[in-house]
Amino acid sequence: MSAVRTLDESAPPATTGVDDFGGKSTGRALTDQLARVVMWAAFVIALIPLVWILGTTVLKGGQMLLDASWWGNSQSGITARRVGGGAVHAIQGTLIQAFVTALISVPIGVLTAVYLVEYGRGRLAKTVSFMVDILTGIPSIVAALFIYAVWVVTFGFQRIGFAVCLALTMLMIPTVVRSTEEMLKLVPNELREASYALGVPKWKTIMKIVIPTSFSGIVTGVLLGLARVMGETAPLIILGPYTKVIATNLFDGLMATLPTMIYQEYSENLQPAVDRVWGAALTLILIIFLLNILGRFVGRFSKVRN
Amino acid sequence: MSSITGHSAIDELPTSDGRPPLEADRAGTGRLGDRIFGGLATGAGLLVVALVSLVGVFLVVQAVPSLLNNNANFLTSREWVASGAEPRFGIVDLLWATIVTSVIAMLIAVPLGVAVALFITQYAPPWLTRSAATLVDLLAAVPSIVYGFWGLTVAGQYFEPFAEVVDRVLGWLPVFEYTGTPSAKSTLAFAGLILAIMILPIVTAISREVFAQVPTTHKEGALALGATKWEMIRVAVLPFGKPGIISAAMLGLGRALGETLAVTLLLSALNTSSAFSFSIFGGGETFASRIANDAGEFDSAQKTGAYIAAGLVLFILTFIVNAAARVVIERRKAFTE
Repeated sequence: MSAVRTLDESAPPATTGVDDFGGKSTGRALTDQLARVVMWAAFVIALIPLVWILGTTVLKGGQMLLDASWWGNSQSGITARRVGGGAVHAIQGTLIQAFVTALISVPIGVLTAVYLVEYGRGRLAKTVSFMVDILTGIPSIVAALFIYAVWVVTFGFQRIGFAVCLALTMLMIPTVVRSTEEMLKLVPNELREASYALGVPKWKTIMKIVIPTSFSGIVTGVLLGLARVMGETAPLIILGPYTKVIATNLFDGLMATLPTMIYQEYSENLQPAVDRVWGAALTLILIIFLLNILGRFVGRFSKVRN
Repeated sequence: MSSITGHSAIDELPTSDGRPPLEADRAGTGRLGDRIFGGLATGAGLLVVALVSLVGVFLVVQAVPSLLNNNANFLTSREWVASGAEPRFGIVDLLWATIVTSVIAMLIAVPLGVAVALFITQYAPPWLTRSAATLVDLLAAVPSIVYGFWGLTVAGQYFEPFAEVVDRVLGWLPVFEYTGTPSAKSTLAFAGLILAIMILPIVTAISREVFAQVPTTHKEGALALGATKWEMIRVAVLPFGKPGIISAAMLGLGRALGETLAVTLLLSALNTSSAFSFSIFGGGETFASRIANDAGEFDSAQKTGAYIAAGLVLFILTFIVNAAARVVIERRKAFTE
């Protein structure tokens, strides 16, 4: 506005009144336009890193993924100087650990959500809800240190795949609780009341009416939660050392995963290893994106919506 | 609820039709099945409470012996010799690096995230709204370690000229002094920038959720009084969303404080004898990166205890920040209901 004012001073005084009125709107219109430009710019700026990272990863790692041995071989016998080798050991490890993590955290998460929505009232429910929020905010490295303190220091067990699953479970539970909770809340009360009116006990109402109604929403939450924990690296570094060979036993010995494969190859600092870093990064991103997209896709079929 | 954050701003509102849910006791029949199922659900809830409490207990119990053995002041010392007969370790450097990187991340991510959220809820054409939100969410799907590697090998080189310009213009302030060692991509400032990208989806998701809840009557009222779109946002949307923005910032901060791998890969550790520097273009290690860097060397109880003590401080920091965010959300609910 002040800029317009200064321009006005050179104009004949007789028109000042009119110009003032016009100037004011122009100033406001300019601010409005400026805000519009800033918002668009913010969005474009936010997209730059996404496009840049994805572009780089595809360009540098794409070549590795086109090779059949990437999906068929492990890194067994491949030194850092040698080109090639596969990632199948790490892919298997990541998928197995994710599956077991889901197996533990889904029942706990869904039951906690059922408690919060269907049962919990008063102080205890508030405490549980608060603790879920705190659990959401726990850094993955702290979760890993906690499991280390329990698993290795207190019980004296080895660092194995299952310990990683426990740490990941802590990170996945709050995501499952929150998404399930939202979905259960969306189930109309009429359905519950109709079921009660027919004399169906509460637990059967929950199992046969409430959960099936919100099922696809819950699945979405689980898939998105899985996508979140699969990229976690800190618990793996502390609890699940890397190995180059195929290992599928969660309870014995070392087990490779994609994040630890990235970390390992990164520390080699040689070109063939760097190529493998990008290959593993692209593989991991692809898996996580697939889960994300699948999760959102399943969500479309939800019977209840916001 | 936002799939990215796990947090929900509309948490604990009445059910979709606006009525409070049925009272639990009246709906249960008291049959065996009901009692078992109810017990299981309550048990799961209690398990979550126990889990968080156990984290605190275990970290404290295992940190205390090392802390008692410590020959330096844990809170004021810059040294970090965790093992040996005379361990000396303190958290000053770690705390400094953690806070500087997180604050830089917040300073960038909060304004940008709010602007992106405003874009998605107020400005984006309808065909773009949904995909714009998904695209920003996808930033959260890129693993931390990939951010770190990308920053180190690809994006970092472009930060060098920026650091030099800042040094030339503002270098007389100790905060902006850039000496060239470590190189720009290994400084706290660049780590903060990468963290900003990583917490952007959280800040955006929560702000977006709150902005979407601004009552249409508020917005239309402002427009009807002759406000331009920006003025409408300033008088109707932003005041309504303020608590949401604050809690978004807190949750982003909580995430930035504990972010591990990206920072571990980027930051270059300081030489133990180097003088303390206030510059954001200095090196250092955060709590998380120090723990991750030395994860392979937890060989003695004393040493492990020292790192667990560092983890405990990080846990307390994030606990405070997240609890504060929660309080802000609670107050907003009290206000809107």
